[in-house]
Amino acid sequence: MRQEFIITVYSENHIGLLTRITIVFTRRKVNIESLTVSESAIPGVFKFTIVIKATKEQTIKIVSQIEKQIDVLKAFYHTNEEMIYQEIALYKVATESLYENDTIEKIVRNGGARILEITREYTVIEKTGHKEETQALFNELNKFKVMQFIRSGRIAITRDPIERLSEFLKERDAFLNSLD
Amino acid sequence: MTTKKVTGSQAVILSLLEEGVDTIFGYPGGAIMPVYDALYDFDKNVKHILTRHEQGAVHAAEGYARVTGKAGVCFATSGPGATNLITGIADAMIDSTPLVCITGQVASPLLGTDAFQESDVVGISMPVTKWNYQITTPEEIPEAIAQAFYIAQTGRPGPVLIDITKDAQFGELEFEYKQCTKIRSYVPEMPVDPFKVKEAAEIIDQAKKPLILFGQGVIIGNAEDELKAFIEKTGIPAAWTLLGLSAIPTDHPLNVGMLGMHGNYGPNLLTNEADVIIAVGMRFDDRVTGKVSGYAPNAKIIHLEIDPAEIDKIVKATVAVLGNSKKSLKMLTDNVKENSHDEWIERFRKCDMIENEKIIHKDLYPEKPGLTMGEVIRIAADKTNHEAILVTDVGQHQMIASRYFKFRNSKSNVTSGGLGTMGFGLPASMGAQLGKPERTVIAVIGDGGFQMTIQELGTIAQNKLPVKIIVLNNNFLGMVRQWQQLFFEKRYSFTELQNPDFITIAKGFGIDGHKVEKRDNLDGGIQKMLDHNGPYLLEVVIEKEDNVFPMVPTGASVSEVILEP
Ligand SMILES: Cc1ncc(C[n+]2csc(CCOP(=O)(O)OP(=O)(O)O)c2C)c(N)n1
Repeated sequence: MRQEFIITVYSENHIGLLTRITIVFTRRKVNIESLTVSESAIPGVFKFTIVIKATKEQTIKIVSQIEKQIDVLKAFYHTNEEMIYQEIALYKVATESLYENDTIEKIVRNGGARILEITREYTVIEKTGHKEETQALFNELNKFKVMQFIRSGRIAITRDPIERLSEFLKERDAFLNSLD
Repeated sequence: MTTKKVTGSQAVILSLLEEGVDTIFGYPGGAIMPVYDALYDFDKNVKHILTRHEQGAVHAAEGYARVTGKAGVCFATSGPGATNLITGIADAMIDSTPLVCITGQVASPLLGTDAFQESDVVGISMPVTKWNYQITTPEEIPEAIAQAFYIAQTGRPGPVLIDITKDAQFGELEFEYKQCTKIRSYVPEMPVDPFKVKEAAEIIDQAKKPLILFGQGVIIGNAEDELKAFIEKTGIPAAWTLLGLSAIPTDHPLNVGMLGMHGNYGPNLLTNEADVIIAVGMRFDDRVTGKVSGYAPNAKIIHLEIDPAEIDKIVKATVAVLGNSKKSLKMLTDNVKENSHDEWIERFRKCDMIENEKIIHKDLYPEKPGLTMGEVIRIAADKTNHEAILVTDVGQHQMIASRYFKFRNSKSNVTSGGLGTMGFGLPASMGAQLGKPERTVIAVIGDGGFQMTIQELGTIAQNKLPVKIIVLNNNFLGMVRQWQQLFFEKRYSFTELQNPDFITIAKGFGIDGHKVEKRDNLDGGIQKMLDHNGPYLLEVVIEKEDNVFPMVPTGASVSEVILEP
């Protein structure tokens, strides 16, 4: 059964690694739903958060192929339930429509969104949430015409009490030292 | 440690010398000229083989790597030079062959400007390299090359490409070399888990119809003795994949033949009766498994493998033992009971008899007028006492040679398995000969594949490499024609060849040779080739429409192996 999986990849910061990782997906014709890359809490270690729709079996194989890349430290996969995750969305609407009635303001307040910037011409609204939530807000706001809309890739954090990466790095260092 | 000031290109050569490189295959051009200039001063320390095409260089490097176990090294210039390496790199990737390819690149300020002979080699080679890296400053050279050798040669080996911009080759650095011994993000091999070994041993001890499948992992891991000890203690029959061939002597009583599409009857048929399969250093390629859903339905699978990504990739393992086969086989042997499986082995013998009667005897001792590939291979193998290195190209002759050559020594079979690269054979034989100068190297090549890299005759002649080349000429792209006959109603669409006079061509390159068309001249012809001092081309005209059998048709399960059309 195909479902959403969140793949997290920890890697060294090397040029070209992003391509190496995405090749693993394209070669198997698995579409990446969203992709976010940033430095992790550990300096020099980068973290990729990749969302795909695939079967569990496919996902396991993809993760082991990613882990096989020389510059990858570790890759994990999770179901949505196992993680806390968010996406951020920005909406630009005409400021005029804000003045015309107070519905927009209500939508913003009730939807847990906030206004980032107001100019004479436009207003930028921000909302953090799951895709369904940011989409719902889009649908509401679009009644007043959304001029621009953007949603980020997903970022996610495990529900696990331990920080997996630092544990992992400790083990890896000990292991490599034991080989000497 | 003392350092000395050198140019980037000198650092390239010095680094290779530090890694013990004795042979480089390559082709010069603008963007790698500084490296070639540096090489000029080191011709006493390292041999450079100028091939006639970069594809020749990379396949030669593969041949060298396969017989020595060391990384093959090749040089190419930017743009077309580098892209000409790609087929060989892809071949090395899928067959786990260690290579270090060094390509020149346009100067770093020109990167991304579509400069003359600029191509994105790092991008192009990414899917087919174990690792690749672009160097843009001279200081990076020693460390990147050290890492390249470490990555190429450890764990599951593979090709690595280092792209060096011209300004990095010209620039200067304080040279200091340290071999790479670890990389934080890379674990070449997992330590063998003794619990997994125990679990595997228990299953093996219980087995009634166990079968060992061994692949190239045994050869790469230098685990030949360990495999033999394991086989002999457990009395389990063992079958080889195309790349596992030569790991143990072919005539070992427990060696029951080749797996796969054109493998032997017994191991294919009986795979599906086995109750336990012990797969060692092999990856369940589709040419081995046939239809996966119909593969080994009764067997528990024990998979000894160095690459974690191979576990459960095609066939689900009941027990996976990760790690180097040399270690895991040793531990497994210590944990299993002595045993024998005479009745089960008798089944293989019966299959051998059937195959012998229906196929092998006719292939090796034909009574029809036309020559067969089988008899050529039989005579060449016998005359070299089964001690030659066999290099094959791709097609019918490859399957026939692999089936009938028979080996006594490991690392003696060089072929393009995973990629099936026509044009591999001739250049790979040069590399094999340079890697093992003391041994006889026999290259068996089809008339089609020979013409893909025929220009390497020039390299063979220039370097006086005493390769014995046998071209099996059926005037067809034989293997494709066989498929057309069997599955496309004999519609021979573009598989017939009008061939040149190969002997004249060889002589034009300065290589002696002759053509055999009759059985009466075959034995003497092969003898003449072997006695000849230096390279030699023997063209043998064989029956045009012979087929290779047995065969597991595409989409069929291994037990549906057929003995005749
Ligand atoms: C580079 C490349 N192109 C095409 C093929 C497909 N192919 C596989 S076997 C074969 C025929 C080989 O003919 P020949 O070299 O004459 O050998 P034979 O089968 O007759 O022994 C072809 C075309 C291939 N394996 N490699």
